[in-house]
Amino acid sequence: MSQSNSKKLGELMPHDHHDHDHAHAVLPSEPALRVKAIETVLTRKGLIDPAALDEIIDTYQNKVGPQNGALVVAKAWHDDTFRAALLADPMGVIAELGFYGRQGEHVDVVENTPDTHNMVVCTLCSCYPWPLLGIPPSWYKSDAYRARSVREPRAVLAEFGVTLPETTKVRVWDSTAEMRYLVLPMRPKGTEGMTVQDLAKLVTRDSMIGTGFPKDPA
Amino acid sequence: MSKPEPIFYEPWHAQIFALTVCLNETGAFTWSDWVDRFSATLKKHGLTKELNGGDDYFAAWLETFQALLHEKNFATPDQVAELRGLWEAAYLSTPHGDPVQLGD
Repeated sequence: MSQSNSKKLGELMPHDHHDHDHAHAVLPSEPALRVKAIETVLTRKGLIDPAALDEIIDTYQNKVGPQNGALVVAKAWHDDTFRAALLADPMGVIAELGFYGRQGEHVDVVENTPDTHNMVVCTLCSCYPWPLLGIPPSWYKSDAYRARSVREPRAVLAEFGVTLPETTKVRVWDSTAEMRYLVLPMRPKGTEGMTVQDLAKLVTRDSMIGTGFPKDPA
Repeated sequence: MSKPEPIFYEPWHAQIFALTVCLNETGAFTWSDWVDRFSATLKKHGLTKELNGGDDYFAAWLETFQALLHEKNFATPDQVAELRGLWEAAYLSTPHGDPVQLGD
């Protein structure tokens, strides 16, 4: 297609589409069209494999998510030996559970205690432990969270409904491309004797970022 | 915050994410390089308005990715513009309900 033709089509305003009475397929948004174009260029050049793209999307939409991190936390609550090993060698223990891969090469586990509450941010962009938590929520990527978590962590935590005793220190961890963090929240009271599977159901995504607490047992 | 959120709000968010991850895994660029570039774009965009982490986040992602593709000569702006036009024409000429495809 010539540039002039593409420009002419590009000049169509939304109201012009009424003339077509939606007889044709609905036109995607401008960024969506550009992304499709990029994908076609890269595919035709043999730089990417469309099947690999589908695999990546399927993985992050359906397979990888906070349930992985929740299992790590539940096991740490359930088994002191596991917990000690996790804190001493997080990557070794996490890899043994199979939760390694993209953006999970270097993960540190930071433990909440009555004295210290940890929260995680990426002030530069949105670095996040994908194999354990999946893709970050949009608030994690927002300017508001990225800028304010370091400046006024207690105010940000309060907005998430997390209020801490004055005596509890808040420690903010800034993620990078090289190092990401998983918060090990404190085990809720009244969970003695629960199985790992039941404990995992209490672990929320936000509790592993430090912007929430685990759920209380029913 | 307790309601489950979609991982990607729009299909193109997932698509650009996957394209970037996929090309990174071919060794075309390192993830640190990507993070540096993407951080710079976010910083630049954030100077004029507060980014919400949704559409504007992926708009910054797309801009960064296009610049990277151009710089490394994987896809020039002209090539992308041409294919974008072809896709648009394909959508406008495909009957509603039929799969939209590019001819060769």
